Amino acid sequence: MSSKTTSAATAAASPPATDWTGSELLLKALVDQGVEVIFGYPGGAVLPIYDALFQQNSLRHILVRQEGGAVHAAEGYARSTGKVGVVLVTSGPGATNAVTGLTDALMDSVPVVCLTGQVPTHLIGNDAFQEADTTGITRPCTKHNYLVKDITKLSRTVHEAFHVARSGRPGPVVVDLPKDILVGRSTVYEGPEAGMRKTYAPRLEPDADRIEQALEMMARAKRPLFYCGGGVINSGPKAVELLTQLVRATGFPCTLTLMGLGAFPASDPLFLGMVGMHGTWESNHAMHDCDLMINVGARFDDRVTGKIAAFSPGSKKIHIDIDPSSINKNVRVDLPIVGDAGKALAGLLSGWKSRKAKGDAGHAKDLAAWWDQIEKWRARDCLRYEKTDKVIKPQYAIQRLYELTKGRDCYITTEVGQHQMWAAQFYKFDKPNHWMTSGGLGTMGYGLPAAMGVQVAHPDALVVDIAGEASILMNIQELSTICQYRLPVKAFILNNQYMGMVRQWQELLHGGRYSESYMDSLPDFVKLAESFHCVGLRATKVSEVDDVIKEMLKVKQPVVVDVAVDQTENCFPMIPSGAAHNEMLLGPADKKKPGGAISEDGMVLV
Amino acid sequence: MTAVERHTISVIVDNEPGILARVVGLFSGRGYNIESLTVAETDSREHRSRITLVTSGTPMIIEQIKAQLERLVPVHKVSDLTEGGAHVERELALIKVRGTGEKRVESLRIADIFRARAIDSTIDSFVFEMTGSTDKIDAFVKLMEPLGLIEVARTGVAAISRGSQAL
Repeated sequence: MSSKTTSAATAAASPPATDWTGSELLLKALVDQGVEVIFGYPGGAVLPIYDALFQQNSLRHILVRQEGGAVHAAEGYARSTGKVGVVLVTSGPGATNAVTGLTDALMDSVPVVCLTGQVPTHLIGNDAFQEADTTGITRPCTKHNYLVKDITKLSRTVHEAFHVARSGRPGPVVVDLPKDILVGRSTVYEGPEAGMRKTYAPRLEPDADRIEQALEMMARAKRPLFYCGGGVINSGPKAVELLTQLVRATGFPCTLTLMGLGAFPASDPLFLGMVGMHGTWESNHAMHDCDLMINVGARFDDRVTGKIAAFSPGSKKIHIDIDPSSINKNVRVDLPIVGDAGKALAGLLSGWKSRKAKGDAGHAKDLAAWWDQIEKWRARDCLRYEKTDKVIKPQYAIQRLYELTKGRDCYITTEVGQHQMWAAQFYKFDKPNHWMTSGGLGTMGYGLPAAMGVQVAHPDALVVDIAGEASILMNIQELSTICQYRLPVKAFILNNQYMGMVRQWQELLHGGRYSESYMDSLPDFVKLAESFHCVGLRATKVSEVDDVIKEMLKVKQPVVVDVAVDQTENCFPMIPSGAAHNEMLLGPADKKKPGGAISEDGMVLV
Repeated sequence: MTAVERHTISVIVDNEPGILARVVGLFSGRGYNIESLTVAETDSREHRSRITLVTSGTPMIIEQIKAQLERLVPVHKVSDLTEGGAHVERELALIKVRGTGEKRVESLRIADIFRARAIDSTIDSFVFEMTGSTDKIDAFVKLMEPLGLIEVARTGVAAISRGSQAL
């Protein structure tokens, strides 16, 4: 790592310092940030950067087929490594195509730096060719954004962008780079140690008194529950380890959000499964009936809370979050703790251990009674589905995928819809950073490019995109990228020829009028795979499921598996929109129960 | 339902392009109210501006507004003057009134009572300048209506805490 700070004044006096073009300064800053891979697509405004990329060997560029794919790939890269994902796109349509991915990264707190080309400074505002107001458009969908108008501030801005993207609650940051800045020359380079501006200093250290209060509440609780989310994973592997130790030390039950899967081992008996709209019976009932909820790094999303007025009415709530604006946003909590999840968990764990030593850590009898109740809920076996050999049940396909891959270092991405929920329910994650899904924004088309990004970061690992046939078509062009870089990504399509979740809601809410949710004229996915130089496989019978999975795992190339699943299967359990946690539907029969149908109020919710 | 409260909030920001759009976009994007917004650079050496916002919402919303503002990278400080206790709020208004005869005389008389100054005059019009609380300006404008009010320009609220402490 070399860095050099030269002011314009001294440069004039002393022997000529090296001067760099804006593009060279940019790449130098990226290298100094430890960047190894960039996902991008060239265009007029960024040609100088591509020219500089051509003349160096430190940064690898992955050429996607559409800029949207670049951002999801960077998200997959970031979430599977904990590093910042980097995107490079051109001005105008390059930047606007990146907007969905940026919004996705904002909603799911994924650290991404997106470099966008811009028309030269003197043309900004003139409706120039491929001009868009990128900072204006991306302002609400980024954590922060910059327009670089002075080449001497370029390096500093890039370093600041990385710092903002990765620190505090991570998120996407855009750096908009006018072409005259990229071709201009300057001697000013500041290294990553260049100071961050004073206004940005996320609070990491939790208040010690509040940790003590939390311990006191935990020691008094009769029906406690850990409710944890992606914040634990974002905090890092140490936070995950600490959470696992804390949950085991307390013996409290633990549930995870969709984003949190992997933050606590799914195979641990203390784990109740996922919480929320398609969470388990035991998780949602425990959320409803607990007397102490310990939220670590989750944000009381509407998919988790259901009807706010009926959300866990009898509980005291502790909320640990690095983002103060997450606190009291949806649900009023009794004890907010602002800080890094890892640091808070370390405080709780050491405090709990010393309390335990003094015999002041919880009521064993009450906790045992609470577990008795939970086991009764668990005995409902809420994820059961009809076992049949007539048609491939999607749940069965995922279960078999899990069974046949569970010993391996397997990363799973998903698209959005029924298959995503089934993957969350049936694929068991024991480790963090192995589950990449679009939670907050719900972006169909996320999974394939995300898998691509994961595979770039982990070339030897098994990476599977559990997909639906509708979602995967949204970014199917990335098969071409996958082929170009010989990424052995596996796309495992649960093909029911419907937008399954849309169809499910139409069935439950709109009298079975399947308006525009049936996909006619689908491609032959096997031939489609072959045309992209991938291997195509198909299973139409239950007896073929294991064979195609085994074949998929054996092949060292990219594979697309088309699994023809039950067209009418719905995703249960389900908390109907507008309902409370204890009003779950367990299966198709439930919707006919009085009160089981979705209320008028629920109809307006998404 | 909790009652809606009116709060005056001061925000110190780096004076850089786009900062006002960030603040305003935050309010429109999240559906918060802005009753008034005043902004100008107040520290030219450090290039800092002070934004004074008057907003309304339930206590939970007000808390959110402050947390969301603090989250913006160029924001130095957010201070809720309403919560902080004693503070003064002033607005400046320019009020144009057209009329002749008794109405014209009456408008001048009322302006005197309100300590508004005539800063422009023609044979049949005045422009009054006045500073005061929002309520006082509202009251003056209302009185001018029957006397020939034709135009009002207001700055929105500027506010500062009482006492010797700075924000």
